[in-house]
Amino acid sequence: MNAVKEAGAGGDSGWETVIGLEIHAQLSTQSKIFSASATAYGAPPNAQANLVDLGYPGVLPVLNAEAVRMAVKLGLAIEASVCRHSVFARKNYFYPDLPKGYQISQYELPIVAKGHIDIILDDGAVKRVGVTRAHLEEDAGKSLHEGLPGVSGIDLNRAGTPLIEIVSEPDLRSAKEAVAYMKKIHTLVRYLEICDGNMQEGSFRCDANVSVRRRGAEKFGTRAEIKNLNSFRFVEKAINYEVSRQIDLIESGGKVVQETRLYDPDKGETRSMRSKEEANDYRYFPDPDLLPVELDDTFIEQVRKTLPELPDQKAARFCAQYGLSAYDAGVLSASRELAAYYEEVLALGAKEGVDAKLAANWVMGELAAALNKEGLEITASKLSSSSLAALLKRIADKTISGKIAKEVFEAMWASGASADAVIEEKGLRQITDTSAIEKAIDEVMAKNPGQLAEYRSGKDKLFGFFVGQVMKATQGKANPAQLNDLLKKKLPG
Amino acid sequence: MTTHSRTIAQLAQGLRRKEFSSVELTKLFLARIQASQPVLNSFISVTAEHALQAAQAADRDLASGRGGPLAGVPIAHKDIFCTTGVKTSCGSRMLDNFVSPYDATVVAKLKTAGAVMLGKTNMDEFAMGSSNETSYYGPVRNPWNPNLVPGGSSGGSAAAVAARLAPAATATDTGGSIRQPAALCGVTGLKPTYGRVSRYGMIAFASSLDQGGVVTTTAEDAALILREMAGFDPNDSTSVDVPVPDYVAGLNAPLAGLKIGLLKEFFEKGLDPEVEKCIRAALSVYGTLGATVREVSLPNLPLSVPAYYVVAPAECSSNLARFDGVRFGHRCEQPRDLMDLYKRSRGEGFGAEVKRRIMTGTYVLSAGYYDAYYLKAQKVRQLIANDFARAFKEVDVLIGPTTPTPAFAIGAKTSDPITMYLNDIYTIGANLAGLPAMSIPCGFVQGLPVGLQIVSPQFGEERMLNVAHLYQRETDWHARVPESFK
Repeated sequence: MNAVKEAGAGGDSGWETVIGLEIHAQLSTQSKIFSASATAYGAPPNAQANLVDLGYPGVLPVLNAEAVRMAVKLGLAIEASVCRHSVFARKNYFYPDLPKGYQISQYELPIVAKGHIDIILDDGAVKRVGVTRAHLEEDAGKSLHEGLPGVSGIDLNRAGTPLIEIVSEPDLRSAKEAVAYMKKIHTLVRYLEICDGNMQEGSFRCDANVSVRRRGAEKFGTRAEIKNLNSFRFVEKAINYEVSRQIDLIESGGKVVQETRLYDPDKGETRSMRSKEEANDYRYFPDPDLLPVELDDTFIEQVRKTLPELPDQKAARFCAQYGLSAYDAGVLSASRELAAYYEEVLALGAKEGVDAKLAANWVMGELAAALNKEGLEITASKLSSSSLAALLKRIADKTISGKIAKEVFEAMWASGASADAVIEEKGLRQITDTSAIEKAIDEVMAKNPGQLAEYRSGKDKLFGFFVGQVMKATQGKANPAQLNDLLKKKLPG
Repeated sequence: MTTHSRTIAQLAQGLRRKEFSSVELTKLFLARIQASQPVLNSFISVTAEHALQAAQAADRDLASGRGGPLAGVPIAHKDIFCTTGVKTSCGSRMLDNFVSPYDATVVAKLKTAGAVMLGKTNMDEFAMGSSNETSYYGPVRNPWNPNLVPGGSSGGSAAAVAARLAPAATATDTGGSIRQPAALCGVTGLKPTYGRVSRYGMIAFASSLDQGGVVTTTAEDAALILREMAGFDPNDSTSVDVPVPDYVAGLNAPLAGLKIGLLKEFFEKGLDPEVEKCIRAALSVYGTLGATVREVSLPNLPLSVPAYYVVAPAECSSNLARFDGVRFGHRCEQPRDLMDLYKRSRGEGFGAEVKRRIMTGTYVLSAGYYDAYYLKAQKVRQLIANDFARAFKEVDVLIGPTTPTPAFAIGAKTSDPITMYLNDIYTIGANLAGLPAMSIPCGFVQGLPVGLQIVSPQFGEERMLNVAHLYQRETDWHARVPESFK
């Protein structure tokens, strides 16, 4: 396969990519969607599967009201219509990890219809992506093959775990847009506290419907569905691979067939799983064991009151209230915890002159880099918001320079010591005493008569040399602004 | 009166008055079951050990003045209800090895009320049949004539009560499976309103139609049992949270002014004239009790059989998908691969009628056929429900025959499923509309019992039982016992 063709992104290939995502988010309810079993991850196989989950003869599903509440939260957050009447349907197919021989899902009448999400493109433009629907369904179990020679094991712990499937319109035009959209939904579900967003454990995953068409064509091309992508990186890679594959196929005279494909992250390619002809006829019909879900305005309004400030609202407030750029506001509001951390730093530091931009730079810069390096979430940061605020105060009150502060930050991160302790211990306090700086300047001038004479004869460039020498003499602690002023006064003689 | 012919009301009284103990009663009925099995085959499992233990406990309760309303009364359960630690086969080879780890809500409620389980009654496989001939455990025979069918699917329950092997037996009704065998065996069969009795633990055939009920000898006993069985169950979303009235208290309300609707469509072609005579005679009894009779028409009712044979198989095809040989039930020997496991386990585990309905149901739900069959059948179902609702604006109860003919010979209809399906022509309507309905004995044709069907508006069980009870006060058809079981 050739190098990736960024159809849609560059616009130079003559092809346009069309993508729609089906995101499956596991709802963070305590119990399963239709039974009282716990949903915690990592229990021994089948330890969290009761008779309902096992599909025993005679058992019946009972809908978990919390799952409905969470779905309504999502619907309200994406400004969708929350359906007053939705219906659970049975999707019938045989598979060993599907105990009842059908999955309970929603088909013709989902709980959430027609919403949208705004994403920010690389050029800063805002793009609105349509959400066709979001529906509640139960997850299946898992088949286990490792360590079981000759047989397959079935673990039904996951069977009956509540999922919300969020289906986008085919509005996405590149892998990057798809990732931006998926990240936005990821942010949103965590803001709403309806999904832990853990992609490694499969709590948040997606299927991507990918097709290509000649630029300007009205009809969509034939799509392939790539199943079960569980990282943003895989989404991007799988889509880019698939786009290239489809373009190559068409350009070499072939035809894309409608099929389900799997992404192999080791080989970095997608491969066919089953064609449309082999696809199941799921024989959907309304589940007679469950009543339609009827929601009234009172309930919906009650749920609305529980909505937190949403990412877009928070970002807009950060711009307005703190004067941050749209980019900074977007980064800082990408997670509720990060935003909270940032605002804590600001609240603690504001009275002592820590301004919003300074705090933003540090949270997005040094702190983010340190977290990233160790793969930590903001909630596991080695530096609390108050520790960082204390450090920023010392920049604001000129005890240390920004440059020295980075050194202090590193020491704090490593040892857990407070900013002041590090500054004292290492003697990093900035010199702001004019006479001390003057004294250092005088010494440097006395030691370097040649350079001084050259400067005075017009070699202005040597100004930097004197700055450097004084800084060296003061171990970098001289206040840069004061040093600048004093040198300008003293050097000309 | 012999002890085994007493009603539940009488048995409960006798137990409280210490005329006999629960252990004595239980032994009596167990002995009768044992003696009858070679002829009737009405039980799949007889749980003597369990029964005697429960009876001993009931006797202790009775001695100390405790114990529920049915304390010490022996009853039988249709083998479709899950019973802890006891085989629950649903009449199928598929579940021949299935011992339920839990009790159905109905079973638990009756246990709490003090009833003692004698065993599990025979039935058509997965409740699919109208003659009890589809059971993996062989056909049940009609106590009035062992060459005839008892009806189905609750044939074992109806035959057991008719032969006085148990004073009552639970049963289920999806298209007539309580009322039709009750009619053919000359006993009282009650199918409550859909949602009145929990379906939890009742192995599903067609979820939107299945309803648990009871077969007894009298309407009064049906009232006694229903009072204990009924009620909202948080484990069954389709059970309805409507208070359970004291069905017994209302049994003797006068019928003066009662408006009876005679279902015109039931008296058209196909009805045995002798059966019709019995029904007309019953109506004149109601006349003497002060009721008025008028004819009402439910124009869409003739569509009930075709609509039913789309909806019920559709639901069954999905409900029975869980029997796949993976977690419980029959598994074929040495499956080569997954497909082989499915094909042989299901191929061996299910009988012909079950397979026929799974195939029909799979077909009507398939892409391209769904609208033409399933959706259309659901629309017809709604029309039928509307017909009933309209009729109940004019009358209090609807009355007609339960079946077109009395019991037929074993083997007479097995080769022609359509003829067999038409047996339920009068009973299916109530299931499609979710209405309560009963069958009570109202005469004999050539020595075979005839059933009178009473249909009520939703949650109208109280009035329906009252209507049935007052008829039974005036007649003794329900008290007749087949000669060999007196």
